Amino acid sequence: MEHFDLTLVDWSRAQFALTALYHWIFVPITLGTSFIIAIMETIYVKTGQEIWKRITKFWMTLFGINFAIGVATGIILEFEFGTNWSNYSWFVGDIFGAPLAIEGIMAFFMESTFIAIMFFGWDKVSKKFHLTSSWLVAIGSNLSALWILVANAWMQNPVGMEFNPDTARNEMVDFWQVLFSPTAVNKFLHVITSAYTYSALFVIGISAWYLLKKKNLALAKRSMVVASTFGLITSLFMVMTGDESAREVYKVQPMKFAAMEGLYYGETNAPLVAIGIFENAPTPQDPKAKEWAAKIEIPNLLSYMAALDPHAFVPGIHDLVHGNKEQGIVSYYDKIARGKTAIQALAEYKAAKKAGDREKTAASLATFKENYKDFGYGYYDDPHDLIPNVPLTFYSFHTMVGLGTLFVLIFIFTLIYSVKDKIVDKRWLLYIALWSIPMGFLAQEAGWMVAEFGRQPWVVQDYMPTLTAVSNIDHTSVMITVLLFTITFTVLLIAEIKIMLKQINGFNDGGH
Amino acid sequence: MGKKLWLIIFIKLFVMFAILKVFFFPDFLKTNFKSDTERGDYVIEQITSPVSNK
Repeated sequence: MEHFDLTLVDWSRAQFALTALYHWIFVPITLGTSFIIAIMETIYVKTGQEIWKRITKFWMTLFGINFAIGVATGIILEFEFGTNWSNYSWFVGDIFGAPLAIEGIMAFFMESTFIAIMFFGWDKVSKKFHLTSSWLVAIGSNLSALWILVANAWMQNPVGMEFNPDTARNEMVDFWQVLFSPTAVNKFLHVITSAYTYSALFVIGISAWYLLKKKNLALAKRSMVVASTFGLITSLFMVMTGDESAREVYKVQPMKFAAMEGLYYGETNAPLVAIGIFENAPTPQDPKAKEWAAKIEIPNLLSYMAALDPHAFVPGIHDLVHGNKEQGIVSYYDKIARGKTAIQALAEYKAAKKAGDREKTAASLATFKENYKDFGYGYYDDPHDLIPNVPLTFYSFHTMVGLGTLFVLIFIFTLIYSVKDKIVDKRWLLYIALWSIPMGFLAQEAGWMVAEFGRQPWVVQDYMPTLTAVSNIDHTSVMITVLLFTITFTVLLIAEIKIMLKQINGFNDGGH
Repeated sequence: MGKKLWLIIFIKLFVMFAILKVFFFPDFLKTNFKSDTERGDYVIEQITSPVSNK
């Protein structure tokens, strides 16, 4: 591991994280507002009331601004795959290629075709055709998300592929296994329901601002009802899919699961730490270990969350590193040994094939295949380097869960008071609703931090660590692009937010 | 609003494709190797010879 340029790895990761962070400020809002807009337009078409048309057009404008921003940052991410992550791109090419190609051909074209009708076709096509276009934009946006999330899920749980030692590429052998792996299904459902929740917060937050200012009351009250209903339903699904996702993590990424809960030593009847604060407590076995300074636990809940059994054994970080024979857990030490064997066998296979030594080619290939499932572990000597940042993963996870629960409560209250037409008098709730926009963003980012920091050091779980995924380029150029990117996109981001605020401030719903 | 937004979109696309892509984000494997065989051999060398990655 000491042979790798870790500065390059860190800067490449920082660059990708920064781009993804910008990308994910606005993309989730488009995923949900597209449906909220379609619902509002459906009400307009059903009732024929002009106010609903104005409401639909207002949110459509904000959707358009978000959409323009999201598409742009997404393209940058694709550039980075080729430049900074070329080993990774090559290694996963055939798996990543298919979902991304489908995204490009099917979803993006569908989205862009109907988005033109949605924005410019109000007086050019029939009401029903326009409404259909709005629904198709919503479906298209979400299909785009499906394919990229399938690709991400494959990195967390690589299935349906076979590694070709001649080309160094993973080749897809079962498309349906890639598409319908439990990780992919749960990831897609959890990410989109959380995006819908965030979108609903965006709508109720802006509506709350209008209500606090006693402005555009017709738009704000109606939008509040639609977004609260939408948000309540989707946030409940978000909680359910989050629960399923956690179970999936327990099965396929037990180290991430242990880090999410700060579980160092596995146990049966494991309690869930609802709230906890770490302090450093290095041990000779684990120099980076942490201990609890304070915590509040719920008995047996972690075991239940992991395996739907309140008495189930949940492995801790120590069990995974050192193994646990009683529970049938292979140690990271053994995996490292097998990984080194696999790496060595692959090198020997290539050399033997080049030399025309058939016997050695066959023997090294057999050894490689036998040990390939632990291939990535072979880059490490110390298994403690295979432990993610536990406090960061733990705090991110608990921030996400805490805020997610709060959002459900916010939607319940905003819906009740909106239906009773008393929302204008509940200024405390309106302030909470307004502040729920940045809280929604925080929850979104915290969720991705759990997913991405929690799986470190892997870029492809068990097969490719982040340090072998980067391109062998000068880290100074990566530092320059990070700086350039930060300046350019922060300036543009400020300009875009100003445009959005100007739209919000300048809107007049006609005084209904 | 429309004009400003379009202006920002075009500035952003220009920055991305005419500056970032051309000067800062060349495709590493496509630029440095002529064929897929060469690219595959290079990646295998990279992932089997960690020492050479420095």
